[in-house]
This record gives sequence, structure tokens and C-alpha cells, in this order.
Amino acid sequence: MDSVTTRVPVKPYIRLPKGSQPPSLYEPYHTTLKRAPLKPLIVVPHTLSETTGPIFGHEKVGEKDNDLTCQHAGEPIGERIIVSGRVLDSNGRPVPNALIEIWQTNSAGRYKHIGDQHPAPLDPNFSGAGRTITDEQGAYQFITIKPGAYPWFNHYNAWRPAHIHFSIFGTAFISRLVTQMYFPGDPLFEYDPIFQSIPDEKARQRLISKFDLETTRSQWAKGFKFDIVLRGPEAIPFES
Amino acid sequence: MRADNDLVPTPSQTVGPFFKIELTTDDHCVRCIADPQARGERMWITFRVLDGDGVPLNDAMLEIWQADSNGKYNHPDDPQQKQVDSGWIGFGRLGTGEDGSCVLETIKPGRVPNGTLQAPHLTVAVFARGMLKQLYTRVYFAGDAANDNDPILHLIAPDRRGTLMAQPDRAHPGHWSFDVRLQGDRETVFFDV
Ligand SMILES: [Fe+2]
Repeated sequence: MDSVTTRVPVKPYIRLPKGSQPPSLYEPYHTTLKRAPLKPLIVVPHTLSETTGPIFGHEKVGEKDNDLTCQHAGEPIGERIIVSGRVLDSNGRPVPNALIEIWQTNSAGRYKHIGDQHPAPLDPNFSGAGRTITDEQGAYQFITIKPGAYPWFNHYNAWRPAHIHFSIFGTAFISRLVTQMYFPGDPLFEYDPIFQSIPDEKARQRLISKFDLETTRSQWAKGFKFDIVLRGPEAIPFES
Repeated sequence: MRADNDLVPTPSQTVGPFFKIELTTDDHCVRCIADPQARGERMWITFRVLDGDGVPLNDAMLEIWQADSNGKYNHPDDPQQKQVDSGWIGFGRLGTGEDGSCVLETIKPGRVPNGTLQAPHLTVAVFARGMLKQLYTRVYFAGDAANDNDPILHLIAPDRRGTLMAQPDRAHPGHWSFDVRLQGDRETVFFDV
């Protein structure tokens, strides 16, 4: 019975505004040259396969998983910081129960990863990975140390601005986001092709966290705010 | 008041080379997305991810999303009046190894309605260093009669549809393979969702 018609209501998600996202192919970031599709993508309508997605429970997150400074016997070296913010959808609604995962270098700019062998010290008290789940207001918080800049091989004397990698699951498989959070005033921005790959200047600036005195804790840690917006449904459904 | 620009989705950035310390640790990979009691035809899909020169990527991550054997998603926005299989997880996450491959254990999905019934398929998001944002593709099953009437496959030129067909391993029943070619003559079809 291939001609069976089964109508189900599907709420389409917004399309990503032009210029707000990097292209797949961006020449100054050389690795994209062989890893970007050259044929046009096929535009598809949203079906249940696109508008549903994984949901994670609190069992996926340990109580201290959002504190990267207390995963070892001693404290990591570096500037202690509190990174917090909210996850909203494109309608401005909070996204509760969103799984956020982060990973980063230590304060010297070194990842605890076999592939990072550049001459900066590892910190025995810092692994650089954490996760949390947003609360009912879409809010999250991590305690960590400020990551360092690190060299890479893209071009001569290439350095990545200090950043924290963020991975976020929203309400649908197509609202999935992996990004990087930066710190205000970094002199490396203008030389970094990954940051510069985002065409729209305003969109780019939104990856830079803001120093925040309100969440800064006296004598203890500086606060940085980083809000995240994920794709949401096209129109806000009627609420009674 | 919130400026309009504040509600534009946050830009994507590459997952980079070091995501393994969080995203694909042994604890955080999901290589099997159907518990032993899940109903349906169990299968193992070997994925390979290749660049424009045909070189396997040893630093890619795949995320998989699919319906259970009855075509039902494990999600509240699936309005179909049926229960999701109690053994069903539906979400997978794998990192590629040195040879660019990884193996997903799953159940053949049922047909998901969308006006007409879609053919059985998995939705896949591909991440890697050198990819500034994820790419979306779908895995269909070569030889499945439902492919002929799938509304999404119909949007694709016939000579490219083959790139979305998992191929059965005749010598090993239940085993399938699927190559993700990021670029080149046999570039996989990717979707603008
Ligand atoms: Fe990084």
C-alpha cells in the first residue's frame, strides 16, 4: 500500500538567516577545501525526521560535571571563571533540559588530547571537559579556568584566540549546534579564519562572551555571560 | 525589549580536532541505539567518512537520529497515536577511527509519515575539523521497495540518489555499509534543512 496517505501535523522550523552562519567552504581555513561539498545542497521540507530529536535526562549529567575546577585532587592553575547564560529559541523562548557539553584547553593553551603536542605544559588538575543541562528558564552555568590561546598549522604563525567549545542539543535534530565561545578584546580575532568565517559582523560578535560583574564573585572568580540562540519553530503555537 | 538580532540563531563553529575529550569519550559515544529487547530487524551499519581526495577522516563525528521499527520517534513532537518501542533509544553518536570508519548497531526503522509514508531512513549529522558547520544527510536501504515513492528521494536527481543507499554485505546478513563522501564525483547528497 504505497499510496497510503498519512497526514500528521509537523511544525516547520525557521530557516537560518543568510550570513548568520559560516559557509562550508571558506578558503582561508584550509582544511575546508577538501571537506566541503561542492554540489548544491538539496532543500528539503521539514518532516518529523527533522523536527524531532534526542532528549537527555538529568541522569546523563553528574552533579559536579559543570565544575571543571574540582575534577582532580588539586585545583587547576589559571584564572578561575564562571561562564553562564541562557539557551533560547529563535522565538525568544527558554530551552529547558538542553544538554550542553564543553571542552577547552588548560590555562597554558594545551588540550588533554593525544593530538595536541605543542610545547605547553599539561595541568594534572585539569581535564578540560564538562556538561550540564539547562534549567526551566534555559539557564546554565559552568565553573572553569580561562583557556589559553594555542598555535595551529593553518598558516604561518597561526594562533587560535582563547575559546571554549560548546555543543548544544535543542528541541529538534536540526536545532543542533556546535560552536565556540570567545573572550572580549582578544587581539587574535582579526587573524583567525575560523572566527572570521562568519560573514555577518553582528552574528560574529555574538560568539564573544561579555564580562559580567553581577555573576563575578568577590575574591573568587570573574563572571562571563554567553547566551545561545537555537533554531525554533516557525510560528509560536497558540497557547491557551 | 530584545533587539531582533538577538534572536538570530547563534553561528556554528567547527568541532575542531579535540572534541574527543568530551563528545566521543567511551561514556559519551552511543554505538547501539536499540536495547536488546527492541523489536525489529537488527542491523549493523559501517559508516566511512571520506574527503575530496577519498582520504578517510579519522577525526569525524557522526550523530544519528531515527525512528523505531514502527516509524515512531522517541520525542513528544511526534503526534502519531502509538507508543515508542520500550527498548528504543533512537540517538547515536560515533567517532571515526583511524580508517575513517565506525559501526552503528540499530534496528531497521519503520516508515515515518509525511503526507505519504517516507521510506525507512536514518537522519545523520556529520561533524569534523575543517567543517565549519554540520552537514545533514540520510541513509536509505538499497533494494527497499518503499524507496521508489519516498518524497525526499524524489527531490534528488536520479543519478545522485545512489549516494544515500546503504549497501548490504551479502556475506554477512544484517551488515550494511554507507560511505559519506564530503566532496568529489560521488559526493554524498547533503540537505539544506
Ligand atoms: Fe579549540
